[in-house]
Amino acid sequence: MDETTTILTLGEDYPDIRRAVGRICEDFQGAYWREMDAASAYPLAFVEALTKSGWLAALIPEAYGGAGLPLRAAAVILETIHASGGSAAACHAQMYTMGTVLRHGSEAQKQKYLPAIASGELRLQAFGVTEPASGTDTANLRTRAVRDGNHYIVNGQKVWTSRALYSDLMLLLARTTPREEVTKPTDGLSVFLIDLRELKDNGVEIRPIDTMINHNTTEVFFSDAKIPAASLVGEEGKGFRYILDGMNAERTLIASESIGDARFFLERASSYACERKIFGGPIGRNQGIQFPLARAHAETEAAELMARKAAALFDDGQPCGPEANMAKLLCAEAAWHAGEACMQTFGGFAFAREYDIERKWREARLYLTAPISTNLVLAYIGQHVLGLPKSY
Amino acid sequence: MKVLVPVKRVIDANIKVRVKSDQSGVELNNVKMAMNPFCEIAVEEAIRLKEAGAAEEIVLVTAGIRQSQETLRSGLAMGADRGILIETDEALEPLAVAKLLKAVVEREEPGLVLLGKQAIDGDNNQTGQMLAGLLNWSIGSFVSKLETGDGSISVVREVDGGLEKVRLKSPAIVTVDLRLNEPRYASLPNIMKAKKKPIDMFTPEDLGVGVAPRVTVLKVVEPPARDAGVKVSSAAELVEKLRQEAKVI
Repeated sequence: MDETTTILTLGEDYPDIRRAVGRICEDFQGAYWREMDAASAYPLAFVEALTKSGWLAALIPEAYGGAGLPLRAAAVILETIHASGGSAAACHAQMYTMGTVLRHGSEAQKQKYLPAIASGELRLQAFGVTEPASGTDTANLRTRAVRDGNHYIVNGQKVWTSRALYSDLMLLLARTTPREEVTKPTDGLSVFLIDLRELKDNGVEIRPIDTMINHNTTEVFFSDAKIPAASLVGEEGKGFRYILDGMNAERTLIASESIGDARFFLERASSYACERKIFGGPIGRNQGIQFPLARAHAETEAAELMARKAAALFDDGQPCGPEANMAKLLCAEAAWHAGEACMQTFGGFAFAREYDIERKWREARLYLTAPISTNLVLAYIGQHVLGLPKSY
Repeated sequence: MKVLVPVKRVIDANIKVRVKSDQSGVELNNVKMAMNPFCEIAVEEAIRLKEAGAAEEIVLVTAGIRQSQETLRSGLAMGADRGILIETDEALEPLAVAKLLKAVVEREEPGLVLLGKQAIDGDNNQTGQMLAGLLNWSIGSFVSKLETGDGSISVVREVDGGLEKVRLKSPAIVTVDLRLNEPRYASLPNIMKAKKKPIDMFTPEDLGVGVAPRVTVLKVVEPPARDAGVKVSSAAELVEKLRQEAKVI
């Protein structure tokens, strides 16, 4: 093996993490998640249990109060939560949003924020990128941040900003140089780490959006919001590059949540298909039930390999854009197919909320759309991996 | 004071136990295992004693196959200081475990041995009592409250019909019940620290204890399936059924 070879581990890695996180999830079973879902409530008790035990600080280096674990370990944490029937969506961003500050922030910013993020004292789990008029066309975003002495004045609107009401800090991508004045459309964007506690009702308004799943997503309005110039992360105008490398981590982690979802569906469906007897035997002996489950299992196993590959490359410091994107695509589809097979296996009972199947099925559907839609992943692979003409 | 906490690896409480097809026992292959919940309560209590300054060191001990190390690591991640594994592939009976523990107690000389009142696999509820008998130590079983004093340990026992307060002369054995405490979650920093905590390995032979089974299991079977219930339309009908069909009144 040469020095560019990356090692991929197979099997049940991080068993101690799986055990300990699984133990927490045992105390937050279906009834808890159903209650949160019905009330569109933030699962505070669950998030606090994870925070108190240090799980959300897994990726923060030890020097800043975290555990300094590899991305793969964080993936195992999230997979375990999703496989248990719960959802990490309310807090997963606390794990990785800080990555942009860690990699591109000043030492002063890191000292100021990372230890408090590690302890959970400060929540940084909102990322203002998407806008109503630009969607995934990030370079076309319109939110402006204009320098004014020791401050920037921000005006504009973000949408689908998850957890903004449950976050103390927010990472914000805004245009600092008008598009007409830059050569590349992705230039002139800057990243800010802003303190929502000071800005709420003081230039920033956050409105929740009622959605099909309990995701605590919002739209965020900026009107002459005044933020200190010291909130700028890295250099002005280079923000687009800064957020890109965080996206590979995000996609790899989301992929692992999908793997957890798929495992949940397959486990529930398999045991139900063995127990449910009708027409004189267990329904699982019917190939119409059995084969979709078997196929979804095969798909899940294959997708998981890609997720592990993406994490291994990321942890080795190798480029992993294609793998992170493919992992997110394949894992989200595997989870969706497992969810569909599970819905069909449970028949009418799949629709009864107490079985948790319909809730997980709704939640699993999100990852075909967010944080990046399947089409955009395909466009990336087409253009950047296969060298096809740019489609988007 | 040193506290010794024996812990057991059992099938996870959330797993549906299945009988092996040859009826020789229950299926353990590819089954999720965990620390016996009552042992978890014992570990938690030991940690609370240490946090309160009443204990200096917490030593975990388990006997069984090599994978039982995972159970020790779980307890070390909660906050225990070191572990002892007595490695054997033999299916251990309570008396064998009590004899092994006696040998460990004689080496470690703890002031208190905290055990779960029973393990959720065999539900034997024997090891703590047998250990007390072998050592000729005082024992408080089914304990839901524990306080350490000077040379003694006061406990509240959950007995039939109420609570019993007992003062035990140290050193003592205490077996813990469900309501003693709620075990903490192992935190990520403590899991990292637990990796570096020592686990000493012994075999039953090292301790001079024979563990050959003395009981023969003839057959393990599933409990009989319950018949479906019936709905009655009136209290009179219920009384009638209790009298005529169930013959209980």
